[in-house]
Amino acid sequence: MQQNALTTEQIRALIARGKLKDTLFKALGVLFLAIGLAVILLLVIDMVEKGSERFTVDFFLNFASRRAAQAGILSAWVGSLLVMLVTAVAAVPIGVAAGLYLEEYAKRNWITEIIEINITNLAAVPSIVYGLLALGIFVYQFGFGQSILSAGLTLALLILPIVIVSTREAIRAIPAMIREASMGCGATRWQTCRYHIIPYAMPGILTGVIIGLARAIGETAPIITIGALTFIAFLPPAPFAETGEGVAGLFDWVMSPFTVMPIQIFNWTSRPDPAFEVNAAAAGFVLMVMVLTMNGVAIWLRYKMRKNIKW
Amino acid sequence: MNSQAMSAKNTNDLPVVSDRLAHNAMRNVSERIIEGLLFAAAAVSVLTTIGIVYVLVSESIQFFANVPLVDFLTDTQWTPLFDDAHFGIMVLISGTLVSSTVALALAVPMGTVIAIYLSEFADSRVREVAKPILELLGGIPTIVFGYFALLMVTPLLQKVFPELPGFSLLSAGLVMGIMIVPYIASLSEDAMRAVPMSLREGAYAMGATRLHTALTVVVPAAFSGLAASYILAISRAVGETMILAVAAGMQPNLTWNPMEPAATITSYIVQVALGDLPHGSIGYQTIFAAGLTLILITLMFNILGQWLRRKFRENY
Repeated sequence: MQQNALTTEQIRALIARGKLKDTLFKALGVLFLAIGLAVILLLVIDMVEKGSERFTVDFFLNFASRRAAQAGILSAWVGSLLVMLVTAVAAVPIGVAAGLYLEEYAKRNWITEIIEINITNLAAVPSIVYGLLALGIFVYQFGFGQSILSAGLTLALLILPIVIVSTREAIRAIPAMIREASMGCGATRWQTCRYHIIPYAMPGILTGVIIGLARAIGETAPIITIGALTFIAFLPPAPFAETGEGVAGLFDWVMSPFTVMPIQIFNWTSRPDPAFEVNAAAAGFVLMVMVLTMNGVAIWLRYKMRKNIKW
Repeated sequence: MNSQAMSAKNTNDLPVVSDRLAHNAMRNVSERIIEGLLFAAAAVSVLTTIGIVYVLVSESIQFFANVPLVDFLTDTQWTPLFDDAHFGIMVLISGTLVSSTVALALAVPMGTVIAIYLSEFADSRVREVAKPILELLGGIPTIVFGYFALLMVTPLLQKVFPELPGFSLLSAGLVMGIMIVPYIASLSEDAMRAVPMSLREGAYAMGATRLHTALTVVVPAAFSGLAASYILAISRAVGETMILAVAAGMQPNLTWNPMEPAATITSYIVQVALGDLPHGSIGYQTIFAAGLTLILITLMFNILGQWLRRKFRENY
């Protein structure tokens, strides 16, 4: 025993060495975090710097063009907006209903098990595979063609797991006493859901929907896969607008060809002419602002929610 | 009172239902209908899976009717659209594996260190700021990352390696790594925070430093969670499309060298989709065969992940 004993100096040296390692590791952690932050900053700064000359009203109101200086993102942002509309209309009701079913209705049996495993696995499926699914089913089997409808439904399937999981988490946070009180007053299961569970879970559901839509608006691969065109110099027909073939119907736009922001950026990035890099930078910045704003709102909402709700 | 009720019931042969109860009966019907609708919504996820399998398998069957499976797996050329067509999927798999390896070589250490730092070292204020930043980083559209790889990272790397071509798996892979870091960091941190405090306190009481505790107690205890995050990272890397389509070039190239340009499974699908291939042609079918390969690779890693998780699961 005595032989192994350390002198005070040795112990101090040991402690100092341990503390040094701690500090070094801490510095490494901060450094890696800083790299992440630096990448975001670098990206934003570079895009603003390169694209600043294109931040004019014309850029938002012009169609794509062969001349870089006149090209704009009108058809792209309108397309993105319309595709998001279809995605939200399809994904929100289905996702919330599915989440509600799994939390409030489902019995613990093998069917529920299969659905749950499915949702987990779908979240890990590469997005381009959804594009292949849509190409085979929506575009050719259902005959929707390369339209806004096909793209919106594809992205809806893609973000469905996100909406379902966040709905379930929001519902799970509601204590059982709420349900008991509601049913004790004679409400049915659906009335309990309709008047209590859904309203109380709403902020959480909304967070999930926003995060899902932010993901969908930046997705490129599945939309390219269904065959969206990269050069579109017209807008989808507005409801009841006069077109060459008569008055457009209320929903004619869903079957229209389209382009979206990420595809426009991809198109400009892959051109050899460096003049288009400027356009890509400007459009990339606009897309970044859209996505980061949506994510920021979601994060803020979650933060606020965590502070306010105390059951 | 009870007998009275009984006799009252017996005297009425026809069940008389009061208005209120009739309303209740209708209520039960509508409850069942609503439950059915909700179930249908939940079943959409299963239909999606069935749809994916159906599309990929049915198109691939037609593809393999024309191209023998052996050629598909052993040929060293991928030229499906040429007159002298070759269908060697290894060419695309090599691109996918090389770029994913580069990405993971960056993302796994970086993500793990960030996770350990956030869960074991950082105080709660740093965490409150860092986690949203990581989330924002993970939310950047991949096409923007592709732009970043092609127009910023590649020129930067060319200063270090002057022989690096304009398109390379290296720069695409590195940016992919940055993209994946938030996934690993966030999931691993969750796993490590779930390790009970008593384990750490035990280690501290024995005189271990924070780092020693983190590496020898917390990481092993949270290993199943870490493994799960790595598996998700692999799925992301293998399935990533736009960064590679923009920055790695789309030339099929059987190579294990990250300094070269090459096509991956995903960027090949994009390349074909950008062109105008007639529905039902062999070129059209190749993208489904490629997609099936992609799914099988991700599935393989996921099964491996499940196994790892079960093997290293710790219970407290």
